[in-house]
Amino acid sequence: MTRYLLRRLVELVPTALVIIAASFALVRLAPGSPFSSEKEIPPEIRQQLEARYGFDRPLPEQFVRYVGNLLRGDLGLSTKYPQRTVNEIIAAGFPVTLSLAAVALVWSLLVGITAGIIGAVRQNTAWDHAAMTTALVGISVPSFVLGPLLVLVVSLRLHLLPPAGWGDWRHLILPGLTLGTIYAASIARLTRGGMLEVIRSDFIRTARAKGLSERLVIWRHMLRGGLLPVVSYLGPAIASMLTGSVVVEKIFNVPGIGPYFVDAAFNRDYFLVMGIVLLYAFFLLLLNLVVDVLYGLLDPRIDYS
Amino acid sequence: MTTPATSTATTEQITPPAVTAGDLVAGTSLWQDAWRRLRKNSMAVASGLFILLVGLACLVGPPLLAATYGYDAQTQDLAYGPQSPSWQHPFGTDFYGRDLLVRVLVGGRVSLSVGLLAALLAATIGTVYGAVASYAGGLVDTLMMRVVDILYALPYMFLVIILVTILGKSLLLLFLALGAVGWLLTARVVRGQVMSLKEQDFVLAARSLGTPGRDIVLRHLIPNTLGPVIVTFTLTVPAMILQEAFLSFLGLGVQPPQPSLGSLINDGANQMLVFWWTLVFPGGVMTLLLFALNFLGDGVRDALDPRMRT
Repeated sequence: MTRYLLRRLVELVPTALVIIAASFALVRLAPGSPFSSEKEIPPEIRQQLEARYGFDRPLPEQFVRYVGNLLRGDLGLSTKYPQRTVNEIIAAGFPVTLSLAAVALVWSLLVGITAGIIGAVRQNTAWDHAAMTTALVGISVPSFVLGPLLVLVVSLRLHLLPPAGWGDWRHLILPGLTLGTIYAASIARLTRGGMLEVIRSDFIRTARAKGLSERLVIWRHMLRGGLLPVVSYLGPAIASMLTGSVVVEKIFNVPGIGPYFVDAAFNRDYFLVMGIVLLYAFFLLLLNLVVDVLYGLLDPRIDYS
Repeated sequence: MTTPATSTATTEQITPPAVTAGDLVAGTSLWQDAWRRLRKNSMAVASGLFILLVGLACLVGPPLLAATYGYDAQTQDLAYGPQSPSWQHPFGTDFYGRDLLVRVLVGGRVSLSVGLLAALLAATIGTVYGAVASYAGGLVDTLMMRVVDILYALPYMFLVIILVTILGKSLLLLFLALGAVGWLLTARVVRGQVMSLKEQDFVLAARSLGTPGRDIVLRHLIPNTLGPVIVTFTLTVPAMILQEAFLSFLGLGVQPPQPSLGSLINDGANQMLVFWWTLVFPGGVMTLLLFALNFLGDGVRDALDPRMRT
């Protein structure tokens, strides 16, 4: 296991380098520049600005310098927000986005797995149909429809939770639910499908035959099988929760990293765009590694040696 | 007649691969079977009819309304401003006094066409890419699939946002950007299929007849992966529609005064306290459309691959 982990970690290095190079190329070869705005900047000032950020150097040199800074944990300066570094912007916004995604994840797992178990254990009954139809509805309601509707009903009519803003735990609930619902629905379908795969297999029959209570059979044996597809879905799901929170942050006026990204992409804020893309990409790479390890722990048939 | 008969028999034995591939596309028992299964799924049929109906309404609705009532998606009725739903304006009118029904229909046109075209583009790129990678095998396959892995690791929506800011905010470029990033899943599915197909006897037969690699990929391998590709395609369409709306909601997609379901929902969300209909109608149409597309996609998957039924 340790050797497997080490090998996977070493393999990350070339992948990470390619990702850095690819996103650098994509961002830098795009037309436009961070200093093109409506009002013309005098050439002397423009030169000064470009020198400050190192944009006057040839691209390969800039790339090498960027990777060097990256290794020291320095993501560079923002051109849109001249008084802040990319590190500062990310340090302020990313924890907010992350906590939103965490609430969404917990919500989607709780609801999704429960609904999936009900669907599988009571297969082809009214319970099952109700759970799966609800799941399909959940997959079909976009977050930008669900969010405003929740605000309308829960905040503005019932006055239960604040409609927007950021501060204490009550500000987390509505955005978290909005972000997580679509994944809860997918998780419900995956859990049900995974459990139905194993429900008629020999080890379940053995578990029943040796006199385990139905509760134990479901929780200890069936659920394990049911969770395998869910675990492999978690990587992409968390990734898309993090990027999907751009919309939710806009609806609920949450100061996460999303609005910065859209802004930065438009203003060709090179280092900020790169910083956020790389942050997410590395997060995803690590996440996929964790998912693979979890997969092995859940399914004893997988051998890593 | 015995001698000519044997000679035709031998030619027949040589030609089958090409004929089989052609027949599969035209519709052999597999497709008839799937079609029969799909028709028995009443919810999927209802969803399909609903989508057709919405598509038809989006196509003929706006010109029809323009002919009878004399307004289009841009005509303003400033004297009255925003009006709640009535017989004349079933969906009400928006903040600028524009009829919301026409705007939803025109927006639905944008959603459906961008969704279909982007999914089609993604399916085409993914199929060719996956088939070529796995047919070539070896180093080419490894390299091509590493590219897919790396693109997978990049945050998808961010990539689309960057592409949109580079390409500019036009409808055509929007679907190109979505399609250009959305083909990864299809590529993986097709590659997996071709991996097992290319070892089978009919491919060996085609190769031993001297069929060039390009023809083997195009006429023997790709037609046989059509089932999973269609399944992926039907489930990609709602995903693409959702992403177009997502971008338009953020103001990155279709630009005003052109309506799109995403931007209509955004406008509605800003005014929902006073003019509830501006959120409820575009949001409702979008949700119903996605629901029907997902249901149809599920039905197609069950019909084409009963083993995948969940």
